[in-house]
Parts: sequence; C-alpha cells; structure tokens
Amino acid sequence: MKAYLESIGRSAEAFVATVGSMALMFFQAVMYAFVPPIKFRNIFKQMEFVGVQSLFVVILTGTFTGMVLALQSYNALKRFGAESLVGPSVALSMARELGPVLSGLMVTGRAGSAMATELGTMRVTEQIDALFTMAVNPVKHLVVPRIIAGVCMFPVLTVIADFVGVIGGYMVGVKLLGINAGVYIGRTVDFVQVSDITTGLTKSLVFGLITSLVACYYGYYTMGGAEGVGKSATSSVVLASVLILVSDYLLSSLMS
Amino acid sequence: MIKIIDLKKSFGAKKVLDGVNLEIEKGKITVIIGRSGEGKSVLIKHIIGLLRPDSGKIIFEDMELTAMKERDFNEVLKRFGMLFQSAALFDSMTVAGNVGFPLKEHTDLNDEDILKTVKEKLRRVGLVDVEDMTPAELSGGMKKRVGLARAIVMDPEIVLFDEPTTGQDPIMSDSVADLILETQRALKTTYIIISHDIALTLKVADKVAMLHEGRIIEEGTPEEMRRNPNPILRQFLEGRASGPIKVY
Repeated sequence: MKAYLESIGRSAEAFVATVGSMALMFFQAVMYAFVPPIKFRNIFKQMEFVGVQSLFVVILTGTFTGMVLALQSYNALKRFGAESLVGPSVALSMARELGPVLSGLMVTGRAGSAMATELGTMRVTEQIDALFTMAVNPVKHLVVPRIIAGVCMFPVLTVIADFVGVIGGYMVGVKLLGINAGVYIGRTVDFVQVSDITTGLTKSLVFGLITSLVACYYGYYTMGGAEGVGKSATSSVVLASVLILVSDYLLSSLMS
Repeated sequence: MIKIIDLKKSFGAKKVLDGVNLEIEKGKITVIIGRSGEGKSVLIKHIIGLLRPDSGKIIFEDMELTAMKERDFNEVLKRFGMLFQSAALFDSMTVAGNVGFPLKEHTDLNDEDILKTVKEKLRRVGLVDVEDMTPAELSGGMKKRVGLARAIVMDPEIVLFDEPTTGQDPIMSDSVADLILETQRALKTTYIIISHDIALTLKVADKVAMLHEGRIIEEGTPEEMRRNPNPILRQFLEGRASGPIKVY
C-alpha cells in the first residue's frame, strides 16, 4: 500500500514538475520574443516548415472530411426532407470543429514530432549546449521561432482546411448527390456566421501554441541518446493530441 | 586567470565533485585528467556555465562566474570558446555557416568579411575548400577541426576542449595534439583540456591536474607528474588495471 501511494506521489510530482517547466519555457519564450534582435529568418523558416510543408496533408484531410460529412449528413437529413441543410451542416462542422481539430492533429503528427525530434537530436549531440557556450540563448534561437510559427500558421492551415472541406462537401452534395447548387450555397451563406469562423480560428491558435510548446519542451529536455529522442517525439505527439482534444471541449464550452 | 575554489556538485545521492580546487594559468595549456565518469565533463561544464554548482566558486579575473546574471555571463562567454567531444556542429548548416555562426550572432561583419575570417580560421586548423560541405560529409577528424575553427573564430582568450581525441585513431590523435599545440602557440590562448589520453596530455600540457573521486589529487608539470609516486596517479599514467583504482 505504501509503495502504491509512493508511486502515485512520484507521478504527481513528475506531472507538476513537467507543467511547471513547460510554463516556465512558455514565459521565457514570450519574454525573448520581444528582446531584439528578432530572428526573422528563423521565424520564416519555421513558418515555411509548419505551414507550407503541411499544406498537402491539410488539404487532403480537409477535402475528404468535407466530402464524407456531406455524404453522412445527406443520408441523415434526407429522412427529414432537409437535404438543403447539407451545405450549412458541412460548413458549420468544418469551421467550428473539424477544420481546427483535424488540421491541428495532422500538423501535430507531422510538424510537432519533427520539432521534438530535431530539438532532441540537437540536445543529445550537444548542439544546444554549443549554442549556449557561444552566448546564444537556445530558447530565443530555437523555441521562440517555433512557437511563433505554430501560433501563426495553425489558423492559416485551418482556413485552408475549412475552405477545401466546403469545396469537398459541395462536390459530393451538388455534383454527386444532386442537391441544387443555388440552394446549397445560399443555405450555407445564410447559416454560417463570422463568429463560427472566428471560434474555429481561436481554437486553432490555441492548438498551434499547444503543439509547438509541447514539442519544443520534450525536444529541448531530451535525455538518453537515440532512444530518448524517439521517446520525446512520441510523448510530444501523444500529449499535444490529448491536450488539443481536451482544450477543444473547454474552448467550445467557453465560446458557445 | 581562473580559480576554482571548493567546487561541489551532486546529482541525487551521487557526489560528482567533492571540493575541487584548481588554478588555471593564463596563456598555458592545462590538462585535467581522470578516469571516465570521474566528473571531468561536469567540471568543464561548470567553468562554461552549463551547470551551476551546489557550492563553491569559479573566479575569472575577479568576476565570480558562478554568481553572475545571464546577461553579464553572456558577455564573459564571448571571451570563451569550446570544442565539444562530438564537435557539436549544427547539422542544418554548412561548414562556413557553423564556423561563421558566432560572428553572425555577435558582430556587425558583412557576409563577405565573415567568409574571409571563416576561411582564415579553417586554414589555421588545416582545412581548405570545405566551406560548402555539410557536417555529414566530414570525417571525425575533420569535424573536430571545424569545431576548433568555430571555437577560435571570435579570438577567445580561453578555449575549453572536452576529450578532443576520443574516437580518433592514434595517428589522428597525434595530429589533434599537434593542432592544439600549433594554435595555442600562435594565438597565446589559454587552453583547458579534459582528457584521459595520456599521450596527448604529456605532449601538450604545461600543467596537468588529476581528478579522482571528486577532487584534484595531484597537479604539476608533465615531468613532475611522471616522477610523482602517488600510486593512483601512477596506475592511471601507466594504464594498469591493478592498483588502488578499482575497475568496475
């Protein structure tokens, strides 16, 4: 019993230490983000990595999600003779929920794991120590550009996912299932409000912060060689994905 | 130039440094020897600020490094260079990008002047026409040389070497020793080397200090160390498995 309680205590202690270190890293990153010189080149490089290089996977995910949403909602709404609501159903689902969440999860898998792996490798090969010894702050040089890139590019990717999702839904609803194009577009425009889109964008901004911060944290504090790098990448993707889903519910509750 | 006073550091229950006292002389090569796992890397990481001690001080020109704030310490760091055991070159950059990195970060030199300085430093460590290569294309010995070029590119007053010959064959190790001697004699820089390579130590050191069980147990010139009867030192210098140092 004592050993069991001790193990719970140790886990709780480790959890609090992780949350504390992560919060500390976040505050350091915010502070260094405003300390000149601002490293625009590093920031743009990371934005290209997180944003441009994730385009394909986000477009693919968004398009097929919109298509399947149209198909499923058509089957359900047809029973009530409400096929005209397929357009708004797809657009609202994409804008408020699936656009930010799915693109967030996909980019976490692609860019988040790569961030953790890159920083982890830099840690175990002493490259982060080398930065420090050259009087270059590693948090400013490595973490700040990645967090800025995450926070800036996740909303952009979400807008793209929303857009291609709606197009995918339109193709299935109008071209495949025969819903009138005017009705489809008209109903969509009637139902979807700006607040639906801003809700999704707010979520994606938070998801961008979660993914980049968690990936940087695990990568930065990697220990134990190649095995440690692998663990960091896995842990960062798992934790960031869980946090995205939990924060999605919390943000939905707050903003509804 | 650098005084290490009663430096102590533990990791959990394991005491790694247990009151290290050592003086590093300006313009000389000091080699700190000791078995693997005796805390040599921990000691050098304290000197360059990568680790903070549990107690004790490191004094550099009347400044207490162990008590300095980050901004002040960064200014001091610009006077240091370090060659890591693995060279720690940035994979994402070319050789020129690596060597020129400190200049880009801390000086107003334009790209042309940076490249000129980079080429000069690379020449000093015996490398030509490697500027556009990536670290992955370099051999182990070349990586060390590029690492040294990066360590001396800002003309530091002190350069620290973490096991410079680890993983090198005997010929390459001797070449690294020659390189250390040549660059130190030319630049009159203070070199601090941690190593368990006896051949390197006896060839390049002006002063040798032996770290054992968290303390400096002996120090002196290579000749003094050779004549020193301390059985622990003798066993280490002669590379014997039998003796007062237990082999685990």
